[in-house]
Amino acid sequence: MKNESDKKALDALGSRLDEAKSDHIDPTRIPTKKGSEKGNALGLAFRVGVELISAVAVGTAIGWGLDYWLGTRPWFMLAFIFLGGAAGVINVYRMARGFGYAAGYQKGNSKTGSDTGARDDEGKQDIG
Amino acid sequence: MMRGNKTLAEGQSPLAQFEIKTLIPMQIGGIDASFTNSSAFMVATVLAISLFLIVGMRRNALVPGRWQSIVELSYIFIANLLKDTVGSEGRPYFPFIFTIFMFVLFGNLFGMIPYSFTFTSHIVVTFTMALFVFLGVTVIAIAKHKMRFFSFFMPPGVPMYMAPLLIPIEIISYLSRPISLSVRLFANMLAGHTLMKVFAGFIVALGVFGVAPWLFVVALTGLEIVIAFLQAFVFTILTCLYLNDALHLH
Repeated sequence: MKNESDKKALDALGSRLDEAKSDHIDPTRIPTKKGSEKGNALGLAFRVGVELISAVAVGTAIGWGLDYWLGTRPWFMLAFIFLGGAAGVINVYRMARGFGYAAGYQKGNSKTGSDTGARDDEGKQDIG
Repeated sequence: MMRGNKTLAEGQSPLAQFEIKTLIPMQIGGIDASFTNSSAFMVATVLAISLFLIVGMRRNALVPGRWQSIVELSYIFIANLLKDTVGSEGRPYFPFIFTIFMFVLFGNLFGMIPYSFTFTSHIVVTFTMALFVFLGVTVIAIAKHKMRFFSFFMPPGVPMYMAPLLIPIEIISYLSRPISLSVRLFANMLAGHTLMKVFAGFIVALGVFGVAPWLFVVALTGLEIVIAFLQAFVFTILTCLYLNDALHLH
């Protein structure tokens, strides 16, 4: 009897909490969604450009550094410019496909669950 | 008349706002470590954040007032962001993420005050922050996964003969993170503030018709405040995603 009423009270509290939470969290969530959906085309173009250019810059820098170190003047830089370009394309691809602007290795798995932490590495790998 | 315009143009260049001015000259071991207007605004930002949080939570009421609500909302906002992107393992890093968010946000917003200095519009500042995030995340990943961390550069399901090509590409992609992270924040702030000053210059130059650029600048100010929030958020969420990669690999 007492358990029953406790459960009822708890359920009522839970639903009230959920309601309050949904009211409470929405204002903070909306701008992020708007930002990624609407987030004008110029912003998207800018992001794509940054991802591309930064990878090419890093590739060129690595190639130049290797050349400087090994004394093989143009070759490593030439190779790494193209590798950098490829990395840039991968960055853009992941950004476009993945979770908004994830530059990292993102799988298109569900990012919505709040229990993401419960999954361990192996579980993640399977999902991917 | 011409000369007057010229001196005006020189003093009021749209880029004059980004100039570093030394306030207290200092030399430490031959390195110029002067206290500049940039440092001053960073100190002001840290003080403002501390004031905002400490005074806001001073009464620590069960039913929060307006100020305390804002403080709690910003806390919950970042806590949820961290929980959604990283999961519960991300909790130990909450102070760092929260600090980054508040620092970038307040730095951006301080830049919106007329005659102030926007330290986030300098690549040195944003790149240093991004570099610390990058190094920290890498150290966390190596400490957690030891040698398995290096499997990060080999996506699963890729045939072995592709490895010599893919691994350098993945490494470059990984190393480009701090650059894209810092350039995004820096370029947004730089471009926005320059655009605002350029259009503000038109107001005087166009005389009566200056109403048009004036209205534009008013709209742009609103947009810049949105961008200040958005870029702080983007910087934070990218940090969270990198942290997620470090903790879970793939």
